[in-house]
Amino acid sequence: MLKIENLHATAGDKEILKGISLTVNSGEVHAIMGPNGSGKSTLAQIIAGHPGYVVTSGSVTYEGKDLLAMAAEERAQAGVFLAFQYPIEIPGVTNAYFFRSAYNEVRKANGMEELDPIEFLDFMDKKLKLVEMDEAMLHRSVNAGFSGGEKKRNEILQMAVLEPKLAILDETDSGLDIDALRVVAGGVNALRTRENATIVVTHYQRLLNYIVPDFVHVLAHGRIVKSGGKELAVELEARGYDWVMEAA
Amino acid sequence: MSSSTEAYEQAFGALRASGGTGWLPALRREAMDRFSALGFPTTRNEDWHFTSVTPIAEKVFKIAPTRTGPATLSPADITALVIGDPDWHRLVFVNGRFEASLSAFAGLPAEVRVTTLAEALKESPEFVAEHLGKLASGEGQTFTAFNTAFAQDGVVIHVPGGEVVEAPVHIVHIADSHAAGVGIHPRLLVVVEPLAQITIVESYACAGPMSGGYLTNAVAEIEIGNGARVDHYKIQRESTDAFHVGTTQVRQGRDSMYHSFSYAAGAAISRTNVYTQLAGENAEARLNGLYLIDGAQHADHQTFVEHLAPACASRELYKGILDGGSHGVFNGKVYVDPIAQKTDGKQTNHALLLSDHARIDTKPQLEIFADDVKCTHGATVGRLDEGALFYMKSRGLGAENARALLTYAFAAEVLETIEVDALREGLEALAFARFTQSELR
Repeated sequence: MLKIENLHATAGDKEILKGISLTVNSGEVHAIMGPNGSGKSTLAQIIAGHPGYVVTSGSVTYEGKDLLAMAAEERAQAGVFLAFQYPIEIPGVTNAYFFRSAYNEVRKANGMEELDPIEFLDFMDKKLKLVEMDEAMLHRSVNAGFSGGEKKRNEILQMAVLEPKLAILDETDSGLDIDALRVVAGGVNALRTRENATIVVTHYQRLLNYIVPDFVHVLAHGRIVKSGGKELAVELEARGYDWVMEAA
Repeated sequence: MSSSTEAYEQAFGALRASGGTGWLPALRREAMDRFSALGFPTTRNEDWHFTSVTPIAEKVFKIAPTRTGPATLSPADITALVIGDPDWHRLVFVNGRFEASLSAFAGLPAEVRVTTLAEALKESPEFVAEHLGKLASGEGQTFTAFNTAFAQDGVVIHVPGGEVVEAPVHIVHIADSHAAGVGIHPRLLVVVEPLAQITIVESYACAGPMSGGYLTNAVAEIEIGNGARVDHYKIQRESTDAFHVGTTQVRQGRDSMYHSFSYAAGAAISRTNVYTQLAGENAEARLNGLYLIDGAQHADHQTFVEHLAPACASRELYKGILDGGSHGVFNGKVYVDPIAQKTDGKQTNHALLLSDHARIDTKPQLEIFADDVKCTHGATVGRLDEGALFYMKSRGLGAENARALLTYAFAAEVLETIEVDALREGLEALAFARFTQSELR
C-alpha cells in the first residue's frame, strides 16, 4: 500500500529526514517510535502533504501512485488520513458542516453521490457512538474551545467519517487520560479491517497496549535505526531510547 | 467657505424658510453655521487621516424629493431587501421620507413611544427639545452638524423605566432610483430609562437599479439609563456607488449595557462612528463589527469609548475582509478618565486581506489617566492561516473550498456575537454565500 524509499526532507535549511525506507501493507499496523525531535511527526506530515517541508530525494509510493506529486486534498480523497498531534481550531465552522463538506468532497472524488444534511446526520449517529461523543459536538465549531481529549476524539471521529485506507495517528495519545485513551484506541481498533493500514506515531509504549502493532520502528536523527515486532516497544519502555541509538 | 457649503447655505435657506423662531430653528441654524465653519474634513484632520471625503465634498447633494406617485415598493419588497423578521416593529423610510404604508409598529407596550421625528415634534416637542442634539451636538463634527441642519425626519424612541421591549424595533432606510444625487440625513433619538431594555436594528439598503450615487448621513443619539440595556445593530448595505456616514453617540448610566454591532458591506465610501461614554459605575459596552469590502470600496470605522466612571468594562471586536483594491481603516480610541479606576478595556481588530491590492490602516489609540486599570488592544492584519488550510485539505477539501470556508469562518466568528437569531442567521447566510458561492445549510 505504502512504500517509502530513501526519503530525505528539509524544513528551512535543516535536514530532518535523512533516508527513511518503510513498507506498509494492507491490514498491518506499524508503530513509529522515537525520542522528541527524531523526525516522527515530520514523516507523518510529509505523507499527508504538509506544505512546510521540502523532499530533497527519495520517493513515496501509495497504491502504485507517486504520493509526493499529489496535493494534500488528493491524498485525502485517495484514502490517506492524518490525525493531527495538535488539531486546528476553526471557530465559525461547525463540525457538522466541516465533516459533511469533507465527506462529500471525498465521495465526489471517488464517483459517489453526496449525502444531504439529513442523510449525513443519520450517518453520523453510528460514528459518534464509536468515539462516545454526543451529537451536540456536531453543532460546535471545529475544535474551538475543545479540551485536549475532545480534540483527539474529534480527530478519530473524522477518521471514522472518512474511513481511510491509510491512517496515520500522530501522537494521538499525548495529553489523554486513561479513559480517553481507551475510547480513542477502541475507535481506531473498530475501524481496522484487512484492507486498511495504520501507522501509529508515538513517544510512549502506552498506546500500543491498546492498539497492538505488527511492526515497531525506532526513528532517531531522521533515520529508522531499529525495527522489530511489538516486543520492541516493551523493551523501549523498559530501557529507554539510548541503547538503540548507541547501537545504531 | 467652499463652493459646496455655500450651495448648502442656499439650500438651507430654502428648506428652512418657514422655520420661524423657537428651539428647533435655533438648533438647526446653529448646526448650519457650525457645518459652514468646519467645512468637510481633509486628510490633515487626524480623525480623517486615511479617508478622503473629497468625492462627497465636491458634490452638492440635493434635498430628497417628496414622493408624488403611489409607493413603488410593497412590504414584501422591504422584507426581501433587508435581513430580519418581518414581524418586528418596523419603520420604513424611502429616500429619507417615512412610508406609513410600509411600516407596522402598533404592537408595542402602551407606555413605550416609537414615532417618527416629525410626529414627535408635534406630540411632545418638550421631550424632543430636551434630548435632541444633546449627545450629538455636532461640535467639531461636520457630518453631525450637517445632519442636524438638514434632517427631514427620523425616529424617536422612548422606553420608560422598567419596560422591556421584546421584539426588535427595525428602522429601515431604503434608497430607490429617485435617490440619485440626493442627500439623506436620517436622525435617531433613543432615550431608555432605568432598567428598561430594547433592541434596535437599523438597516440601510438600496432598491436597484441605481444610477449616480447618493449620500446617507445618519446620526443616532442614545441615552441609556441606570441598569438599562440597549442592543443596537446597524446593517449597512448601501448601493456601491453611494456614500454612507453614520455616527452613533451613546451615553450610559450606572450598571447599564450598550451592545453595538455594525455590519458594513455597501457604499463606495463609508464611515461608521460608534462613540460611547461610560458615565456611571459598572457600565459595560460591547462594540463589535464586521466589514466586507471589494473593488474600489473604502470602509472606515472609528470607535471611541470614554471610561468616565470607575469599574466599567468595554469589549471591542472588529473584523474586516478586504478583497480587490479595497481600503479599510480602523481607528479604535479608548479614553480612561483619572476617576475611572478598575477600568477593564479590551479592544481587538483583525483584518483579512484576500488580495495583494487591498489595504488596511489600523490605529489603536489608548489614553489612560487612571493607574489601576486593565486595558489591552490587539490588531492583526493577515492572510488565511496556512496551518488551518492544510488541516482542511488533509480532510479532502479542495484548496478553493478550504480557502472559502476559512474566509467565511473568519467572518462567522464575529457574527456569532449577534444575539438576535434572525439577524445572525441572515448575515451568516449572506457571508457564506459571498465567500463560498453556495448555500449554508
